[in-house]
Amino acid sequence: MKITKDELIKNINNVQAGDKIYLSGVIYTARDAAHKRIVAALNSGGETPFELNGAAIYYCGPSPARPGSVIGACGPTTSARMDAFTPRILAEGVKILIGKGARSKEVAEAIKKNKAVYLIATGGVAALLSKTVKKANLAAFKDLGPEAVYKLEVENMPLTVAVDANGKNIFNR
Amino acid sequence: MRIIKSSQITKAVERLCAEANYNLPHDVLNAVKKSAAKEKGVAKNILTEIIENAKVASKENIPLCQDTGTANFFINLGSSVKISGADIYKAVNDGVGNSYKKNYLRKSIVSDPLTRKNTCNNTPANIYINIVSGDKIEITFLPKGGGSENASALKMLAPSAGWQGAKDFILSAIKEKGANACPPLIIGVGIGGDFASVGKLAKESLLRKIGSKNKTAFYAKKEKELLEEINNLNIGPMGLGGQATALAVFISVKPCHIASFPVAVSIQCHSNRRKTVLI
Repeated sequence: MKITKDELIKNINNVQAGDKIYLSGVIYTARDAAHKRIVAALNSGGETPFELNGAAIYYCGPSPARPGSVIGACGPTTSARMDAFTPRILAEGVKILIGKGARSKEVAEAIKKNKAVYLIATGGVAALLSKTVKKANLAAFKDLGPEAVYKLEVENMPLTVAVDANGKNIFNR
Repeated sequence: MRIIKSSQITKAVERLCAEANYNLPHDVLNAVKKSAAKEKGVAKNILTEIIENAKVASKENIPLCQDTGTANFFINLGSSVKISGADIYKAVNDGVGNSYKKNYLRKSIVSDPLTRKNTCNNTPANIYINIVSGDKIEITFLPKGGGSENASALKMLAPSAGWQGAKDFILSAIKEKGANACPPLIIGVGIGGDFASVGKLAKESLLRKIGSKNKTAFYAKKEKELLEEINNLNIGPMGLGGQATALAVFISVKPCHIASFPVAVSIQCHSNRRKTVLI
């Protein structure tokens, strides 16, 4: 199913765990160090690098872009490392999480509670995924190098719904 | 004595880092293709994406995976070689630094695990040197991603645990974290040696070609047995179910102390990039 990020958020109950979707729209990269800083900002009342309410976060640290390319290789990193931060991020209104691998029970519950979704991409097919990125701009934390936050515009990014808004989880088999 | 300039080593390493990150070795690609032919549904789709990714990466010189890894080097250094210029460690690290910057590879190394400042050139590399006879240097590069490395494990078992104990430990490590390490996996197992050497032994096993059999019939049988049991865990590609949880299991063994039975499992993702050069 082809779907934009905004349509997915509007009709979040319409996708079920196991559904294959092709996502288009704006997503933000953020992995370990960026999550730490975002949560520190939330805890101290500081500013976050992008509006979290209604956002889609992609756990990704791309390789550098060649001149003339939008982005380098950009596959998902292991989501479980973000588990400690995710319930807090979801409470701020983040609706879409994108990564790879299973999540903790706490995260699955927080996804259900906040009516969000967790989507997975195939790990290690980063050259292929780079072709779905149409624009990439540095959004924050340049000093973090590969862990900086990038604003990406993706078109038909191939993803699978791993945990849906009702808490159904494809890793629970 | 044959004199080899350190700049030759640096140049060779530069090429290795780029070529290994853009090209999936044939044995790995063939194993993925074989698995794809056997699987169906989601598992087959994922394996097909992996095959397609390898094509795009090598055609356009895009890294196969954004995680271009910790740079591991296994070097067989001939005892009749004298290196002129810089020492071998500097020669290799210079090659890594130059290549990761020049070839758009991701710099993933921090100088300190707690303060976590990126070194910005992917050094230091892990460099393992064996002294061998002869007048050549054989350098094998194995970039290894953080996701699969984090799933690896080491345990000091009691000698009485035997093969069953080793197997239970390996299977539990894969059950616990395998889904997050980008299966189908390649499993390197080290048995014996000591705490310090067993991890290296396991990692070195990943250099073996898929399809190769262990030199001893005893361990060849153990490798087959482990592979079957791992593939019966139904973890499957990306942890979504299926038979293709692992493409291969490689066991390496070393003598050890009468009190000890060290076992390490080095878990590698499907992107088992590696390349060798002989100077």
